[in-house]
Amino acid sequence: MSDNENKTNEPQGFIRRFLAAPPDSVQKTVFVAVALCLVASMIVSAAAVSLRPLQEVNALKDKQVNILQVAGIYDPEKDVLESFAAFEPQVLELSTGMFTDQFDPATFDDRAAADDPATSVALSDDPAGIGRQGQFVTVYLLRDEAGAIDKVILPLHGYGLWSTLYGFIALEENGNDIFGLQFYEHAETPGLGAEVDNPRWKALWNGKKLADDAGDLQISVTKAVPAAGPEHHIDALAGATLTTVGVHNLVNFWMGETGYKLFLDNLKAGKV
Amino acid sequence: MAHKRREMLIDPLVDNNPITLQVLGICSALAVTSSLQVAFVMSIAVTFVTAFSSMFISMIRNQIPGSIRIIVQMVVIASLVILVDQMLKAFAFEISKTLSVFVGLIITNCIVMGRAEAFAMKNSPVDSFIDGVGNGLGYGLILMLVGVIRELFGSGSLFGITILETVNNGGWYVPNGLLLLPPSAFFIIGLIIWAFRAWKTEQVEEREYKIQTVEAH
Repeated sequence: MSDNENKTNEPQGFIRRFLAAPPDSVQKTVFVAVALCLVASMIVSAAAVSLRPLQEVNALKDKQVNILQVAGIYDPEKDVLESFAAFEPQVLELSTGMFTDQFDPATFDDRAAADDPATSVALSDDPAGIGRQGQFVTVYLLRDEAGAIDKVILPLHGYGLWSTLYGFIALEENGNDIFGLQFYEHAETPGLGAEVDNPRWKALWNGKKLADDAGDLQISVTKAVPAAGPEHHIDALAGATLTTVGVHNLVNFWMGETGYKLFLDNLKAGKV
Repeated sequence: MAHKRREMLIDPLVDNNPITLQVLGICSALAVTSSLQVAFVMSIAVTFVTAFSSMFISMIRNQIPGSIRIIVQMVVIASLVILVDQMLKAFAFEISKTLSVFVGLIITNCIVMGRAEAFAMKNSPVDSFIDGVGNGLGYGLILMLVGVIRELFGSGSLFGITILETVNNGGWYVPNGLLLLPPSAFFIIGLIIWAFRAWKTEQVEEREYKIQTVEAH
């Protein structure tokens, strides 16, 4: 303000008059607030839009690394795309439990399909907290040298404490033994719920069984070992009760009737 | 002038360090120092945000209405933090996953707000920028110190490169698991503050109470 006082007593022009106005006047307060928000939002959105392609490439690569890791074939030395070629992607129709040719697995977008009313259903009984469930999902098959299915990698997601956890579960060819489970996207509390990323906890999933001999789903993520026995039990995360409950619910939801049950039955019967 | 500016840059490193003297920014110092690489990226991010937010706020300081000045400062700081977050997601995805919420929490880092309100509102843009860099580096210095201790003795490595071969990998070093947990940073920062004040005794705060003797009446 002191600069302006020296120049002239009657500032000419709109901008000059404006700059000379006392900062605490109502007009100026409103103007500064609006102008600042406009400038700031333009900068932020320009950055977000221009960097999005790079971020999407990173996110896709990260997802592929996670699929490789959950299948136990990740090699940091090797190129991700090259390693990823080992998988056979397929679009699975949940209502039939069979693969479908309606969509191209290379371009099919699971999340977009889960929002589209034509390819998804609204859930009334929704333990995983996902609202709508896509009826078509991309799964990844790993075949051995003879061409038989060695592992299937199935996507799953559900609500934890703060966020939807997106992950993959890798099952052995019998459709019952878990090879691994891993989340690639979540926003749980660092140090507590985010310990779902802890390698020691993830290692607990290896070798567990989804269902018992009678075919009933028994898998549980709880503090106490359930009656079904330790081969169906993964220890809860300390200090992350609600995230753990979320993981328990989402695994049970996706492995159950509304999830992959039909597909897993088909897999056991050798129909896929 | 040049001498004064150099002081503005050097002063926050030891003599007026935001963490050890002003005891600000402790939350993120606890959270991101378990590995050096993350601490390093966090230091850079905070330095960037403090420097540029101070500069921009100083540029418009004569036009900011007093009644909304804190909100104006927050908008500038928050925009810069989002910018940093977007850049990390585009160019350092792995690190941005590890830093997770702590990048966003730079907005609430008291050092950034503190410098904007205490310095940038009263000084020229260039001075404010230098002051911001200095304070960011002062914060970074302590982060790196804590990070070196925590990563070296907690995981036996520095910047992910193994220095002390741990027992798990067939070596001899039994890592101290406590150092990987946030509370250990409290102890380490406390010890660093002690060391700084033993070295620079003028940093020791005056007692807020007076011991009176009977004869003093």
